[in-house]
Amino acid sequence: MKSFVDDREVPSAGRPEHPDNIPLSVHDLTVAYDRKPVIWDVELNIPEGKLVGVIGPNGAGKSTLLRACQDLVPKTSGEVQIYGKPYKEQRKAVGYVPQRESVDWDFPVSAIDVVAMGTYGKLGWFRRVGKMQRKFSMECLERVGIPHLADRQISQLSGGQQQRVFLARALAQDAKLYFMDEPFAAVDAATEQAIVSLLRELNSTGKTCLVVHHDLASVTQYFDWLVLLNMRVVASGPTDEVFTRENLQKTYGGKLSLLDDVADRLRNVGR
Amino acid sequence: MEFNWDSLDTWTVVIGGLSAVAAALPGCFLVLRRMSMMGDAISHAILPGIAMGFLLTHTRITVVMFIGAACAGLLTAAFTQCISKYGKVDRGAAMGIVFTTLFAIGLILIRQSAQHVELDPGCVLYGSLEYSVIDMLQIGAIELPRAAVSIGSVMCINILVITFLHKELAISTFDPALATTLGISSVLMHYILMVVVAVTTVAAFEALGSIIVIAMLVVPPATALLLTRRLSNMLTFSAVIGMLSAFLGHLGAVAIPPAFGFQATVSSGMMAVAAGALFCCAWFFSPSQGLLVRLRKKGGRLPPLAGEGS
Repeated sequence: MKSFVDDREVPSAGRPEHPDNIPLSVHDLTVAYDRKPVIWDVELNIPEGKLVGVIGPNGAGKSTLLRACQDLVPKTSGEVQIYGKPYKEQRKAVGYVPQRESVDWDFPVSAIDVVAMGTYGKLGWFRRVGKMQRKFSMECLERVGIPHLADRQISQLSGGQQQRVFLARALAQDAKLYFMDEPFAAVDAATEQAIVSLLRELNSTGKTCLVVHHDLASVTQYFDWLVLLNMRVVASGPTDEVFTRENLQKTYGGKLSLLDDVADRLRNVGR
Repeated sequence: MEFNWDSLDTWTVVIGGLSAVAAALPGCFLVLRRMSMMGDAISHAILPGIAMGFLLTHTRITVVMFIGAACAGLLTAAFTQCISKYGKVDRGAAMGIVFTTLFAIGLILIRQSAQHVELDPGCVLYGSLEYSVIDMLQIGAIELPRAAVSIGSVMCINILVITFLHKELAISTFDPALATTLGISSVLMHYILMVVVAVTTVAAFEALGSIIVIAMLVVPPATALLLTRRLSNMLTFSAVIGMLSAFLGHLGAVAIPPAFGFQATVSSGMMAVAAGALFCCAWFFSPSQGLLVRLRKKGGRLPPLAGEGS
């Protein structure tokens, strides 16, 4: 089992010399549900200030990887370091955008209330959201382009607007490293563009974003670093180095060529 | 038809109202967490705790009873979690296994000791709101019904908990994963809510019984949710609706059956009926989400509620 780890290529650019410069360093991470491994022996080093796409087929463990990095699922083995420290000590450095469907959008709150939830971590227990947090939450909504929807009940927002609210909430967390679980899933073209420009903006201020992504056609456009995952890490490195036909075939099981996959996706969109 | 409104009637409404408010506040979060049945489970599961407290101390409301109930509440939540995780059955079935077993144990304890104690299975069903007003407690110069004091203090505790933990309860209900990453453990919040529900159901047990209290946990919050889409409004509305149910319920219990030549009926039962009637009113006439408004808007065709589908 160890030999798999050893012969896997970890690009030298990602090797940690000073681990506290490395936003995310994952070592030997295995997560199993009911003794069935979901991710196995994951070894990752993500350099600072990268837009990282995490891609792989359904059930490859992409969401589980993100959740395990934040102690949301128990690790069977291995360790995760955020800027050289365990997650527990770095909560405030990490922002999280869960999958949109993971929450109940009928919950009786307005968009601005959801965004303000991003400030709860720094606010601490018992303290209430004050003027400062409200103002900051409003700025975050402005950055995703929907300040006019601040008082709208969240069930009355479109899918794309809900996703923007989630991103604004992540901005309100004011983190250095962001985990985003399929922010591009089922959003309109305008929202997709808004999210991309937001990612670039975060990137330009030195933030690191790990984004679970499904659309292979836009991967090279959006991300400068890729993690190809299918239970194990198939490859991790700069997009132009690792986004190869061979790696993709390894990731998607060999049966499915890149073109088949794109055709599949087009069919899905058509439906 | 004639009836006299005396201080006993007032106290009945006060105790009923305090119980309703105390239950509606944590009830809002149960409804929003889609865990209304957990309130059902806990209100049943506390019975062995109450019976044990009763047998040990031979008084009705004691600290022992509250501790027993809090433990029973925690155990219900923990057992349900355990059984659904390791027993490979869904949460609903796990809940059914846990609370029926605990409830049955409680019933057996009460039946076996029925000759010694003044707690009977009927009281478990619908409480004894009318009798709880007779049991007075002297505090300084004032005389208050014991039940009003205990449920009143629990209501105050609930208001404090909901005020201080408002944002923690809200975020752990809306997005438990994010709450946990922010350091607000959603598991901890879950158990805090379970303890609050358990303590509330014990305090309301004497007045409402363990079945009617479920109505007060679930119906006023569900009604409030039809009237508002703001969490803080929902909490206030559900409290008001709870109080209204207590008032209308008692009024209905003493006024309606005599009007048809029957004896006055149980106030607690009528409270739940009143709450149900208020829910129906909100369902039809809610200005934002009522059936009537939705029908009129779409010219006879029923449009989906906000948030349904896309």
